[in-house]
Amino acid sequence: MPTDPATPRVVLETRDVIKTYFLEGIEVNALRGVSLTIREGEMVSLMGPSGSGKSTLMHIVGLLDTPTSGQVVLENVDASTMSANQLAELRNRYIGFVFQSFNLLPRTSALANVELPLVYSGVSGSERTRRAKAALERVALANRLGHFSSQLSGGQQQRVAIARALVSNPSIVLADEPTGNLDSKSGIEVMAMLQELNAQGITVVVVTHDDRIARHAQRVVRILDGRIQSEEIVRQRIQAADELRDLPAEEVAG
Amino acid sequence: MNFLESVRIAFRALAANKARSLLTMLGVIIGVAAVILLVGIGTGVQDEVTGSIEGLGSNLLFVLPGQFDSPTGGQPTPPSRQFTIEDAQYIERRVSGLDAVVPVIQGGATIKSGNRSMRVVVAAATEQGNEVFSATIEDGRHYRRSEVQAASRVVALGASVTRQLFPGQDPLGKSVTIQGQRFTVIGHYQAQGGGFGGDQDAQVYMPVTTAQRVLGVDDIGTIVVKVSDSEGIDRAKADILRVMKPRFGDEITVFSQEQTLGILSDLLGTLTYMLAGIAGISLLVGGIGIMNIMLVSVQERTREIGIRKAVGARTYDILSQFVIEAVALSVMGGGIGIAIGWGGAKILSASTPVPSEVTPWAVAMAFFFAFGVGVFFGVYPAYKASKLDPIVALRYE
Repeated sequence: MPTDPATPRVVLETRDVIKTYFLEGIEVNALRGVSLTIREGEMVSLMGPSGSGKSTLMHIVGLLDTPTSGQVVLENVDASTMSANQLAELRNRYIGFVFQSFNLLPRTSALANVELPLVYSGVSGSERTRRAKAALERVALANRLGHFSSQLSGGQQQRVAIARALVSNPSIVLADEPTGNLDSKSGIEVMAMLQELNAQGITVVVVTHDDRIARHAQRVVRILDGRIQSEEIVRQRIQAADELRDLPAEEVAG
Repeated sequence: MNFLESVRIAFRALAANKARSLLTMLGVIIGVAAVILLVGIGTGVQDEVTGSIEGLGSNLLFVLPGQFDSPTGGQPTPPSRQFTIEDAQYIERRVSGLDAVVPVIQGGATIKSGNRSMRVVVAAATEQGNEVFSATIEDGRHYRRSEVQAASRVVALGASVTRQLFPGQDPLGKSVTIQGQRFTVIGHYQAQGGGFGGDQDAQVYMPVTTAQRVLGVDDIGTIVVKVSDSEGIDRAKADILRVMKPRFGDEITVFSQEQTLGILSDLLGTLTYMLAGIAGISLLVGGIGIMNIMLVSVQERTREIGIRKAVGARTYDILSQFVIEAVALSVMGGGIGIAIGWGGAKILSASTPVPSEVTPWAVAMAFFFAFGVGVFFGVYPAYKASKLDPIVALRYE
């Protein structure tokens, strides 16, 4: 639904989310009431040190987990009490994941990896290949379709993962420490790609502990001890494309 | 996700671990091949035996040593004494209304001519044998009384024996080797066609006295009595029992042809099931191998399962993926096992005296059993996989 351009519609909202789990019999209060709103076209960073609860929040935002109490509303659907299979279908439709360790299928071509979400949404073979190719073109890997993930560099693997996240036109691309396993240059490239996709209108949520990575987003949400500590609009947003330009020329090649 | 997609994924996963897939299949291959082969041998023996009985004529009574409680089952008491040729002569002298009383020996033997050889049933009798064996002479003659008395090495061949050993030739006067002994062919028979099982044409006919030497036995297996007319069968049966009582007591049994067939095919059928059961155990072991390797595979691919779930695989998708993988293993193993079992049965019957006959029902049974093994032993690992928590699975190293 198109709304007032000044306040784009809400894609995902958490209301008073509490998550408690037991780790070897000890009660862990991972989230103690988190209310978060993500609007269409935004690029948001969820930032916090390890143990802050940001991973738990990411799992709940990504519908990999359900809250102990509170609500998670994605595209106007309350997902907080859904079954595992219903969550799987929502993830398939609305969420694209980019993980720190890429999480591509081994011994599987880049194309087949990107096709994976479409396999589970029942898209037919030829249509699937067409869309997967288009997604790989968007991440500038059209020449690597048949390569296995093991034949690709870390940066390329992460771009395949981004293509996989994009291929089903999700509402949110959720990137969990997307640069954590990359060298700095590949990391900058990946951030540039996420910013570029965001500029094209895709909602991006980046989960990170790194302040510098966080400041690639328009808004940073800081998590500490299971609560939102602060939210700020980034004044001087880092533009990864500029950083890339400033790198010495020989390092840009490839 | 559709079924074909699951099959594709399963085969890709199996191809990624070729050596492991092959070794896992080996268990099923051996199990299925064993089922096919052993059932084939059971069926082959059954066919050979029933075929040789059907080769005998009508209006016949079979006199056997030993006591059978009931004509269609029960436990036969082992006979304390076998018949001799003299017993047959005694019945002939003492019972009236009989066309012929023929001492019969039947046994398997290998016949050779030049470099050709064949497994045959030796049907040995006296010169009256043509009264009880239904085959008709095509050319040549039956053996004579003098040849029975002299235990001459003369033989008449069934139609398929002629065809096999002397294709396009006249066998008359040729020599053949049976169990290593040289025989002269004196006649050959018309083709009778197979009965419901077994090839009656795969018999050779020789004097009973000769057969005793060739097969190395002193006694005879059966006395076959041909009654003059069918109404006289019951009376003849009672007479035979009566005259033989002083010699054998109750340890003698007279069967009509139908009863004999029934007993033997029951007995051999049971044997076949037993063999199938033993082979089935090895198939079961193969199934446990599949379960074992699927559990390892699920463990190894925890992260893959996590990825699939993250991008939208439902419980059902994961479950079917792993079940199909297990079934693919067992069905491919089953297919290869059938081929090996079938080939083995062919080689066995061609190169050894053991008869074997692979029937469609044995193939179908082995195949569906293999399929069932895959489903049964694949479900538990697949269920484990489908229940993995995606968060835990993604974190798995």
